[in-house]
Amino acid sequence: MYVELKNINKSFGDHKASDDVSFGIEKGKLIGLLGPSGSGKTTILRMIAGLEQQDSGDIIIDGKVVNNIPAAKREIGFVFQNYALFRYMTVFENIAFGLKVQKKDKQFIRERVGELIELIGLSGLEKRYPSQLSGGQRQRVAFARALAPNPQLLLLDEPFAAIDAKVRQELRSWLKDMIEKLGVTSIFVTHDQDEAIEVADEIIITNNGRIEQVGTPLEVYQNPQTAFTAGFFGQTAVLENYTDFHTFEKPNGAEKAFVRPEFISVTKKNEPQKFKSSAVEGTVERVAFRGNNMELSIRANGALLTAKRGLDAAEIHVGEKVDVFIYRLFVTVGEKAVLLENQSAREGSVFI
Amino acid sequence: MDKTQDQSKNAKIVKWLLISISTLFIAVMLLLPLVTVIIEAFRQGFEVYLKAIADEYTVKATLLTLEATLFAVVINTVFGLFAAWTVTKFKFHGKKLLTTLIDIPVTVSPIIAGLIFVLTFGRQSFIYPLLEKADVKIVFAVPGIVLATIFVTFPFISRELIPVLEAQGTDEEEAAALMGASLPRIFTKVTFPHIKWAFLYGVVLCTARAMGEFGAVSVLSGHIRGKTNTLPLHVEILFNEFKYVPAFAVSSILVILAVIVLIIRSVVEYHGKKDG
Ligand SMILES: Nc1ncnc2c1ncn2[C@@H]1O[C@H](COP(=O)(O)OP(=O)(O)OP(=O)(O)O)[C@@H](O)[C@H]1O
Ligand SMILES: [Mg+2]
Repeated sequence: MYVELKNINKSFGDHKASDDVSFGIEKGKLIGLLGPSGSGKTTILRMIAGLEQQDSGDIIIDGKVVNNIPAAKREIGFVFQNYALFRYMTVFENIAFGLKVQKKDKQFIRERVGELIELIGLSGLEKRYPSQLSGGQRQRVAFARALAPNPQLLLLDEPFAAIDAKVRQELRSWLKDMIEKLGVTSIFVTHDQDEAIEVADEIIITNNGRIEQVGTPLEVYQNPQTAFTAGFFGQTAVLENYTDFHTFEKPNGAEKAFVRPEFISVTKKNEPQKFKSSAVEGTVERVAFRGNNMELSIRANGALLTAKRGLDAAEIHVGEKVDVFIYRLFVTVGEKAVLLENQSAREGSVFI
Repeated sequence: MDKTQDQSKNAKIVKWLLISISTLFIAVMLLLPLVTVIIEAFRQGFEVYLKAIADEYTVKATLLTLEATLFAVVINTVFGLFAAWTVTKFKFHGKKLLTTLIDIPVTVSPIIAGLIFVLTFGRQSFIYPLLEKADVKIVFAVPGIVLATIFVTFPFISRELIPVLEAQGTDEEEAAALMGASLPRIFTKVTFPHIKWAFLYGVVLCTARAMGEFGAVSVLSGHIRGKTNTLPLHVEILFNEFKYVPAFAVSSILVILAVIVLIIRSVVEYHGKKDG
């Protein structure tokens, strides 16, 4: 493990921002720290960087316990949530700052900064001030500034939050390529699940100051271990009484269930339905065109379900009665989540 | 149609009315006295004016005023920077109390401030024997005047800086610190560029106030001509002796200094706004 957190606790007043946080990160990986607002993501990042001191627990970087090593000596690059570029310095001066602090010679600084400016595709804008750049350009400068001193670990706090949707998409893949190319171990914070799934090699899910689950995007998506993770991804619907939908067993202590759109098949009354006896009737409340599919909101057994339907299937209208069949769902047992297959469709497979 | 025309006409009248009232008010309350000072100063001709200004005591008073101002500005600059930096960049207990304490000189009457210093350093104080042993004279001496001036003007710089520093937050400093920059480097390269104009503005205000200070200095000075008289005190003495022309002549020095400060102020403000 390149970076390791062991039983980290941190409180602000009586609020526990980190509650027994432990995880490890391998060298060269790009890690997504994903969780709702206020779940303690920034706090974790700041403690790794040394900008905040944990109340208890150890932080280990490259085999060394860094608890007592000041931020400046940890060789960490940090991209702040709002970039925190030096407003009264040009793009060049911003990127050169860390190198000047290290007293590198002028020639070296010029070359290194030139290289980085080339890398972020901002050649010709060296003399601009941050206020004269677009959001995306600022983000790239912040990235280059953090990378200039050649850090062993790069931390990015919501690197795309302040950028509009279209550019964000572009920057995401740009950043992923960049980090892969440079091979620098990186942790980025986000509260956007799509972003985490798309960019990260591994996702760490935080909630309420605790770590809920660690795994590859596919693992955490397909096999949520906790109730929170099960409900966090996708457009999940919550079923308070899932046994109203046939035919699911009821494990001991089972409470409510989460259903994702891809777990549901919707058929018109006149269409064949393989599991007719296990389907329930629902009323379509909303139909929305989503580009490559239709999104249906269906009221069945009192619950509001979200389902998808291909564009080549027969059209469904608002108010129509349809058959709803649920292939599988996540049932919560206390804090845990358990995947249940519909018993009448054990052999039926579902694609995500 | 007619109605809207009427309305815009009314608005125009109101506008001109307000402008005239403000202009008239400023003319009567501010310009007239200033012009009067200059006219009175030159009433008996340029030579008399020069003589009044070149008078030994006037020159000494001018020098003392400049000396007290210089001390006050330098010391308050250092203090103001430290106080503003401490209050905005660190978290600690008693921070609220500190910011409130900084404002005391603005709320306390200068005369009271002067009296406090007399009580603290004068004959009846328990510190007095110590001072006497060390041969330091504060009350009715130059150090007292300098102290009083510092006291009265000390919030000016920090009060200008605190809002600017607060608005800026600590992110840029953190970013710089993370890259290993030392505190002096962070201050000169990252923080100071932000507060440059607010800082200069504070210095200008502090200078203006220090030059004109009368109340606290009056209590502490003892009015010893040629020794502990600042310009404002000198004007008062001349005036009380019915020497009107010299009194106005000396006043005109203060007026000229004030005008210079005002011009610097406008320049600073203009640049501050431009830099945003
Ligand atoms: N300096 C601080 N003083 C007091 N409370 C703090 C401080 N920093 C964070 N907190 C609290 O700790 C909790 C976690 O904050 P943190 O900034 O780590 O959340 P986050 O997951 O980064 O949220 P977001 O997605 O909104 O940025 C929040 O409840 C926050 O109010
Ligand atoms: Mg955050």
